[in-house]
Amino acid sequence: MTSTVTPNGFALDDAGQRVVVDPICRIEGHLRIEVNVDDDNVIRNAVSTGNMWRGLEVILKGRDPRDAWAFTERICGVCTGVHALISCRSVEDALGIDIPRNANSIRNLMMLAQYTQDHLVHFYHLHALDWVDVVSALSADPAATSALQQSISPWPKSSPGYFRDVQNKIKRFVESGQLGPFANAYWGSPAYKLPPEANLMAVTHYLEALDFQKEIVKIHTIFGGRNPHPNWLVGGMPCTLNINDVGSSGGVNMVWLNQVSDIINKSITFIDQVYIPDLTAIASFYKDWGFGGGLSAKNVMSYGEFPAIANNYTNESWMMPNGAILNGDLSTVYDVDPRDPEQIQEFVTHSWYKYEGGDPARGLHPWDGETEPHFELGPNAKGTKTNIEAIDEGGKYSWLKAPRWRGNAMEVGPLARYLVAYARGQEDIVAQVDGLLAALDLPVGALFSTLGRTAARGLECSWTAHKMREVFDDMMANIKAGDIATANMDLWEPATWPGVAQGVGFGEAPRGALGHWINIADTKIANYQCIVPTTWNASPRDPDGNIGAYEAALLGTPMADPAQPLEILRTIHSFDPCLACASHIISPDGQELASVKIR
Amino acid sequence: MPAQETFYEVMRQHGITRRSFVKFCSLTAAGLGLGPGYAGKIAHALETKPRTPVIWLHGLECTCCTESFIRSGNPLAGDVILSMLSLDYDDTLMAAAGHQAEELLQQTVDKYDGQFILACEGNPPLNEDGMYCIQAGRPYVEKLRYMADHCKAIIAWGSCASWGCVQAARPNPTRATPIHKVITDKPVIKVPGCPPIAEVMTGVITYMLAFEQLPPLDRQGRPKMFYGQRLHDKCYRRPHFDAGQFVERFDDEGARKGYCLYKVGCKGPTTYNACSTVEWNGGLSWPVKSGHGCLGCAEDNFWDKGSFYSPVTNFGVMGGAEATADKIGGVLAGAAAVGVAAHAAASVVGRMTRGKSKETSHD
Repeated sequence: MTSTVTPNGFALDDAGQRVVVDPICRIEGHLRIEVNVDDDNVIRNAVSTGNMWRGLEVILKGRDPRDAWAFTERICGVCTGVHALISCRSVEDALGIDIPRNANSIRNLMMLAQYTQDHLVHFYHLHALDWVDVVSALSADPAATSALQQSISPWPKSSPGYFRDVQNKIKRFVESGQLGPFANAYWGSPAYKLPPEANLMAVTHYLEALDFQKEIVKIHTIFGGRNPHPNWLVGGMPCTLNINDVGSSGGVNMVWLNQVSDIINKSITFIDQVYIPDLTAIASFYKDWGFGGGLSAKNVMSYGEFPAIANNYTNESWMMPNGAILNGDLSTVYDVDPRDPEQIQEFVTHSWYKYEGGDPARGLHPWDGETEPHFELGPNAKGTKTNIEAIDEGGKYSWLKAPRWRGNAMEVGPLARYLVAYARGQEDIVAQVDGLLAALDLPVGALFSTLGRTAARGLECSWTAHKMREVFDDMMANIKAGDIATANMDLWEPATWPGVAQGVGFGEAPRGALGHWINIADTKIANYQCIVPTTWNASPRDPDGNIGAYEAALLGTPMADPAQPLEILRTIHSFDPCLACASHIISPDGQELASVKIR
Repeated sequence: MPAQETFYEVMRQHGITRRSFVKFCSLTAAGLGLGPGYAGKIAHALETKPRTPVIWLHGLECTCCTESFIRSGNPLAGDVILSMLSLDYDDTLMAAAGHQAEELLQQTVDKYDGQFILACEGNPPLNEDGMYCIQAGRPYVEKLRYMADHCKAIIAWGSCASWGCVQAARPNPTRATPIHKVITDKPVIKVPGCPPIAEVMTGVITYMLAFEQLPPLDRQGRPKMFYGQRLHDKCYRRPHFDAGQFVERFDDEGARKGYCLYKVGCKGPTTYNACSTVEWNGGLSWPVKSGHGCLGCAEDNFWDKGSFYSPVTNFGVMGGAEATADKIGGVLAGAAAVGVAAHAAASVVGRMTRGKSKETSHD
């Protein structure tokens, strides 16, 4: 290759030093990134390799469709429940099942709680250490830290003594010489820009957020019995509402409703008084670091999420809208239809799969998809099959496929959702975005960056926390009006189903667009397929050479020291990778399980 | 577990001089950007008892075990990680990446050979030379075997590590294999569940630290104190089972009154776990309490035992609270189980039998 320009407009040059980062830590699953840097240590080529494959769709064949939510929920324990919900939607779509209004509200509450917890944990525990220097916090003045905190937030845990206690705790930890998860990292790197006081504030909130996140998910525990991996139900929700009668402890009663309400209030307070002020403060020190935009300035997509109207999965109902933007033209937003075989296709030219017969470079819609695992390294790879030193991106190089929308590589996730909602002029989102940009004195273009992705996730976390209040109040009004139904069991029995049915469940996971496509034959799953957010973002190249969002976002980024991959981590983490989600197989329609070749 | 040697003692035994040790401490302090005063403090800490190192590996999994672990209310996950043990490697949480992360594995082996706990989340796939799960360019199973060679004991977190779980459900395309079938020369403590309860996870590990011994295990390798009894026998809905009051379908009158979920598929009668006693997320609720039957997620191969909505038929109803996993397991192995035949469906039994034979053929 050496030097080339991709059809989607990115210049690649693999002449310089190759840097390998494997594993990328602080993510879900196993991911490898390789880059080439030029003489000025600027990234000129980037390669994203999905390092795992589990084969869940193969496993689903022949199962009871009503069980599919439990299998697919285990695709991911970080965005727990998300796949379960989309799975229920796919079965309900195939069988024509309408869910009750309360079930829709409860599902929305659970999904909103998931977003709120997931985004919070991502910011503090998976991403913050890319911006925050833990060791620098040791030299902070607790009084100055207190003053900083009190200047940006009314959060009560802000006294000098409090910060001194936390600082002493960190000191004792460091002095022990056993640095645990903070060992061998990049502390002291010139890429860190925060003053010691901001570092101490952020590290303190790292600890507070770790304690608080477990409260948010109790909404799952109340409605779904536990977290991670709460229970769901095709046709509604398994929990019952019993407000008035004997035995109400067998259902969601006033005690539990009060608890949900309390969790919502506490979540709003924590997000708005801790997360958002921290995000704004940290961003203000990194305003000059505008790298990492990649595909976000060109192509973004959202399927839409949070139906305000039960069983209506269109923009009439979505509280977070559906849409796609191409070539950065915010004046035109296209509708996205996951059913349309012309819109969504997957390619395997650079993936460790092969298509049987026909053109091996063709794209297939999930309802017609086929896959056979086919692990082979490209001719220019370095090392051996079981000891890869360098990937050859000219050949097959990832366990992820390359999904495309109308042939385009798309970025998905919080920034994509916010750009779609902003472009559609949704007032609450526009107000949030304009407010943050004004506070930081930045133009709209600043959103197309690593920091823009991180900021959109924070804004969305606040949006979902507040949205829980709205959904909860609406549900209470519905209960007050006498409706306590939580499940529609009319079509529960397989005897009531048609011989053949096909459906799609789609929506937005915290990390982006998520779709499950199901074919049912003789009451069993004949085919089940998922395209998940990280498959879009971490996608390898397609047959035309278009690069995906991870690879695009890394280009042009200068590294302070190529031996320390801090800048790579910063940008890759801004997508919140989830590789267990991304690594999948699609099996051909009607193909027998045995045809999956196992060597 | 014998008392741990200090890092300093281990270094001296490896022929490292006091002078080199002090230099190491200075370099560690300098590497962290700390002043020279910190070198003495680090030296002091290393000369006294260290926190037990834990290496937490991830194979094929979904990270629900880690997510569950950080939900622990007592003790708080932050306190466990920062004060009770030393989490020296965990790719989900650690700040370092790439070769800086992988170096820590060898450092732990060098410093704490035979002393560290290996916590395994997920399992290794064995097909395709192990390359269905690649870490640092190599098969995960290699890393697992190497670290297992040098550890003191293994905790198999969750049903993936304990039994295989969802990716090992038939036809198990990657040949995902539980830890005890790959590592056979080290104690393996199974903490099954998909995921396990947070406080059970922190309970098991703090038990090992506090009492300096492995927890007593049942015949299947699970800590007896948490996996010794059936959910069914401590279920708060059990009186409804005994009275014949069942939920006939979801959201019916019986469901709203908290009747027994047996007929809509609850696997509590065949599941050994602490959900009905410890409960979830700070003791707030658990699946049965919130209206859905137990999936049986702590049991071996629970994915291949028929639909989650088909009633179980092969359990002893008379076991009662005295029926431990070992006793019931023995009965089931030796003779036909006393079933609740009235609710049995022939198709369920057929499906279960088919599942079993498939499982064996892929084992």
